[in-house]
Amino acid sequence: MIPLFNGISIYFFWTDIMIWGLFFSLLVWSRVIGRSEQVKAQWHRVFESNVAMIAAIILVTYFAIALMDSVQIHLAHANTQPGSFLDVLLTHLVSATERTYSAPFALSEFTKSTQMGLNGEMQQVYLPLKHVDATASIWMQSIEAIALGLVISAVLIGLHGLYLARLNQTSLIGMLSAIWFEQTKLPWRTAYITLTLLVVVMSWLFILSYSFHVLGTDQVGIDVLYETLKSIRTGVLIGVLTTLVMLPIALTLGITAGLFKGWVDDVIQYLYTTLNSIPSVLLIAAAVLVMQVMINNHPDWMQSTAERADLRLLFLVGILGVTSWTGLCRLLRAETLKISQMEYVVAARAFGVSRAKVISRHILPNVMHIVLISVVLDFSSLVLAEAVLSYVGVGVDPTMNSWGNMINQARLEMAREPMVWWSLFSAFVFMFILVLAANLFSDRVQTVLNPRDNTK
Amino acid sequence: MFAYIIRRLLYAIPILIGVNLITFALFFMVNTPDDMARAQLGAKQTSPELIQAWKVAHGYDKPLFFNEKAPGFEKVTNTLFTQESLKLFMFDFGQSDAGRQISSDILQRMVPSLSIALPTFMIGLITNIALALLIVLFRGSVLDSVTMTIAVAIMSISGLFYIIAGQVLFSKLLHWVPISGYATGWEGAKFVVLPILIGVFAGLGSGVRWYRSLFLEEINKDYVRTARAKGLSEISVLFKHVVQNGLLPILTGVVVVIPTLFMGSLIMESFFGIPGLGSYTIDAINSQDFGIVKAMVFLGSVLYIFGLILTDISYTFFDPRVRLNG
Repeated sequence: MIPLFNGISIYFFWTDIMIWGLFFSLLVWSRVIGRSEQVKAQWHRVFESNVAMIAAIILVTYFAIALMDSVQIHLAHANTQPGSFLDVLLTHLVSATERTYSAPFALSEFTKSTQMGLNGEMQQVYLPLKHVDATASIWMQSIEAIALGLVISAVLIGLHGLYLARLNQTSLIGMLSAIWFEQTKLPWRTAYITLTLLVVVMSWLFILSYSFHVLGTDQVGIDVLYETLKSIRTGVLIGVLTTLVMLPIALTLGITAGLFKGWVDDVIQYLYTTLNSIPSVLLIAAAVLVMQVMINNHPDWMQSTAERADLRLLFLVGILGVTSWTGLCRLLRAETLKISQMEYVVAARAFGVSRAKVISRHILPNVMHIVLISVVLDFSSLVLAEAVLSYVGVGVDPTMNSWGNMINQARLEMAREPMVWWSLFSAFVFMFILVLAANLFSDRVQTVLNPRDNTK
Repeated sequence: MFAYIIRRLLYAIPILIGVNLITFALFFMVNTPDDMARAQLGAKQTSPELIQAWKVAHGYDKPLFFNEKAPGFEKVTNTLFTQESLKLFMFDFGQSDAGRQISSDILQRMVPSLSIALPTFMIGLITNIALALLIVLFRGSVLDSVTMTIAVAIMSISGLFYIIAGQVLFSKLLHWVPISGYATGWEGAKFVVLPILIGVFAGLGSGVRWYRSLFLEEINKDYVRTARAKGLSEISVLFKHVVQNGLLPILTGVVVVIPTLFMGSLIMESFFGIPGLGSYTIDAINSQDFGIVKAMVFLGSVLYIFGLILTDISYTFFDPRVRLNG
């Protein structure tokens, strides 16, 4: 607990600390990148594609929501449950739980309940929802929301335009017109249009969520929009943090094997072949079971269910990391073998340059593209894997919001008559957008960074 | 080549021992033999004597890795690891914790798994290659970019959605096929159609992209240019040269997968209620039956390694440049 002011204190879970740590190291890394003209030019090329620009903006938005959900805020005076910053923003949704299912924008419950009628006989009626404003007009609110969204995005675009204008030493008007007629190197027009659309949609969802359950409610009456937004953190964290676990192992072992050869190489090769030949779902399942037993035996490790869920997420990330480093390690080993045979490396060694220096000067920079490509490629498959694992029952904690848990529950809802489709639909849309953006972005990174790729 | 195969097979042994060590370690990190005895005997009638008797009867009374009391060489052999896990090398899977014979379970459940996995694989392979060829024929056109975008979209959807959507559409709304279940013989066809179709469709995105890039790489090579210069039509270049020469990389991907088909698909089988090996494993995970999990991990690893060896051997048949020396 870190007290801020006025009885407000903030707190970080373990995964929160990791994701913020990663965020700051990314910031530092981008500074370092900025120093090398060559790398900067490569990243420039990545963003020259419209699709990559759109995908990147969407990914940044998801990441931002995940970050907002990764600070726990405790308000001492408000006597509320401690929740994340996102929970504070969405307080109206947290408190707006209904009794049971309701469809998107519905005014009454999804199922009939028995109620005493006026004349004393029992009736089957649809009870009205508690947290819905039946007098609100969807159209009026939509217009307000869109207007608000346009204003916000205009401000954001204006600020960015000013920054660009300063950079290029022109006026704001000149800059904006250059952007509109696509005379800039990077597709800023596409970026601005995407941003505007995103902001408008988000403000629409936000404003209407005050009067309606925009995406309906689930079995126990929790707002589905809230659930889906909370699931973003789980998905993004699994995709991003697993990389954090996997990368050091793959880098160290891959480069060591390729550089030192001999028995070191044999041992490392044996290690990854063995791990690779175990069906990964089984390995993960077994490891998760071990973890469950461990958590059950040490109830003193965590104080609340939220903390237990967080610890389980951390374990899951670790397990996924341990099982997924083998592919990258093999690639890195092969590439290091190749590079270490090259004349300039042999010459450097002959001049007495130390091994450590050879690794940091020659090998690391030359395998970086492989690392980057496999990291962005893995992200989407990890997000998808979370859903499957949660379905099998070895994924994140059942109390944690995740798309996997939502889909899992949807199996029962689909069997209802009439069907409850909106939870599945929301999970589908939010997950699809994230994975699609990640796939498109990784495609672009692959085409730009892979020197051998001649398919395009 | 014979010497090469022998060497590869020998090389598999340390890997399989490693696989066993990992599963064994994970297994006994969760359970102690006492826990297992208690679970099997039921909570009511457990007494220390009964537990001890169960452990002796099932061979769980031995130490895990090192037997101090045993004389000489038996210090290593008379342990739980050697007795329990190394039996797997004789393909003696033993009994599940629930007391069933695992090997007969596996034999029985192999057929349903194969009846889904094999058609999915074959139909998928043919559709993927056919579509990829079609796209390569129209490379660089609007059709190419549109289908590639669709392929990325297909890839981006979780397999769970395909299954749920397929069940809702074809079973619940249209009533064409039953939602789940299984039957033997031709009766069973109606149960396997939907899983096969969904399996093929879900793999379409990544499959078409993979084969497309494979063919494109081939099409940029010199011999293709020569063939075109000779005046061959684009179609005959594609089918006579590109497909034939692309066969080798296709083979790499394909042969590795074939043995693992036996394992079935965990998700598909449990969603459609098909009594195959995939659902067998998933049930074992959920009921924490480590006897089965251990056997399935071992079987999976054996099949994977077998697939790798098979790939290398098949190389020699299709590419005369490849020679395997022992």
